[in-house]
Amino acid sequence: MTFELSDRVQTVPPSGIRRFFEIAEERDDVISLGVGEPDFATPWAARDAAITSLEQGKTSYTANRGKRDLREAIADYVADRFDLGYDPDEEIIVTAGASEAVDLAFRAFVDPGDTVAIAQPSYISYEPGVIFAGGEVLPVPTYEEDDFRLTVEGLEEAGADEADMLVLCYPNNPTGAIMPAEDLEPIAEFAREHDLMVLSDEIYAELTYDGEHTSIATFEGMRERTIVFNGFSKAHAMTGLRLGYALGPAEAIGAMNKIHQYTMLSAPTTAQYAALEALDSCENDVREMVDQYDRRRQFVLSRFREIGMDVFEAKGAFYCFPEVPEGFTAEEFAEEVLREQGVAVVPGDVFGAGGDGHLRISYATGLEDLREALARIEAFVDERA
Amino acid sequence: MSEREVLELLRENARYSTADIARMTDLEESEVEAAIEELEAAGVVRGYQAVVDWDKLEDERVRAEVELNVRLDRETGYDDIAERLARFPQVKALRLVSGDYDFDMEVEGDSIREVSQFISEKVAPVPEITQTVTHYVMTSYKENGIELGDGEDDERLSFSP
Repeated sequence: MTFELSDRVQTVPPSGIRRFFEIAEERDDVISLGVGEPDFATPWAARDAAITSLEQGKTSYTANRGKRDLREAIADYVADRFDLGYDPDEEIIVTAGASEAVDLAFRAFVDPGDTVAIAQPSYISYEPGVIFAGGEVLPVPTYEEDDFRLTVEGLEEAGADEADMLVLCYPNNPTGAIMPAEDLEPIAEFAREHDLMVLSDEIYAELTYDGEHTSIATFEGMRERTIVFNGFSKAHAMTGLRLGYALGPAEAIGAMNKIHQYTMLSAPTTAQYAALEALDSCENDVREMVDQYDRRRQFVLSRFREIGMDVFEAKGAFYCFPEVPEGFTAEEFAEEVLREQGVAVVPGDVFGAGGDGHLRISYATGLEDLREALARIEAFVDERA
Repeated sequence: MSEREVLELLRENARYSTADIARMTDLEESEVEAAIEELEAAGVVRGYQAVVDWDKLEDERVRAEVELNVRLDRETGYDDIAERLARFPQVKALRLVSGDYDFDMEVEGDSIREVSQFISEKVAPVPEITQTVTHYVMTSYKENGIELGDGEDDERLSFSP
């Protein structure tokens, strides 16, 4: 038989970075700045807790919403760090990575024909997620001249007042942009005025280098219309353990749990034990990793300026977003620098509107490699000058 | 505070250039140079050395951790004994510690014989030393905060979202 793909699956194009994988595999000396995950191992205490849980045979499903003590720990953590108050019984769900939580939200709240505004450039999985749920995507570009921050003008220009939902990701993957409280306030007002539900992906919240992270859910009237996503992949270096969570009003989290209990059942149990320990005792590990990222950030920004490439002053996550020199598209630059110099970077176009002409550079890589990769980029740029 | 940051970076990798450190700390190169000079002049930074995995070399290098117990008298204190021992080039580290013994001494030599002779002929005869217990290092897994042995390859995808 032939498999007849659903329209939804057919509509979604293959990932824009697949072609680059193939080129990267042709060489064995590639330094990758294309990786969106920490180069640190999960803090030892969290790994040890996972091992102990296995030794004790704790390998059953947990409650659908996640272990109660973990939900309590999450509630305490988000209250302490981000001034967010959620009830562990009704308003928190633990998922297999923040990605699952985002997917649950799209499936729980998007009906066929609904319009989902996405502030772009952004993480590449939101758009397919909306399409898989049957919704339509409304890209809302952000621009370097606004520090890649979302503005009310941008929302109005894109027609987001007619949308049903708005997706935010700050600190942002791929630009490293943050949204300080004064910039979020008008966005919150816009959402209230036009009755938009907000999905706020705050997975990089701990990786904020300039000031404190503010969640849009903390603004008046926003808690009841916002789902906040977070998880352990980035700040706690636990990508492979696949553990995230969503925070929101009881009714909304209940709806997401309905899908979750029929599909995932519960997040990985071993990972939940690791996460509990991560919240309990790994604060210093997180601080140390954040300090390291900050140093690398400054190093990379400063090197790009020396090379003569304009670079946006990223203030969050572990990415920076330089402009490609004149005469290249982002895709051409990324392909040629990979073929000629063995440096893997991601063209900004794959992250949607506003990303063209830029490269996403991940500095979740050791300084020695960063130094070498930037020397190679410099050689490449000098040759073409 | 910048001095502390510079110090942390030097401890992480003493071969970072002043330019690298300047980029990472957002300081001017001249400020980094001044901070390092000051740290050296104040005796905070006492030297720079490589962290070596001797197991990777063909040449034998023997190391031992030696526990020393001493007897003090009116004329001789811990500092006097330490000063005398620290002069031997074979002694790579010497620390006064709490617990079952007084000094913790790291000794290096080209052979077990050389190290043994040093301890029996030079250290044990020091009049204040009442006991030595020598532990030869069989394998070293971590030195100065750096894990030794084969580094794991980065198995992350070369691209990820």
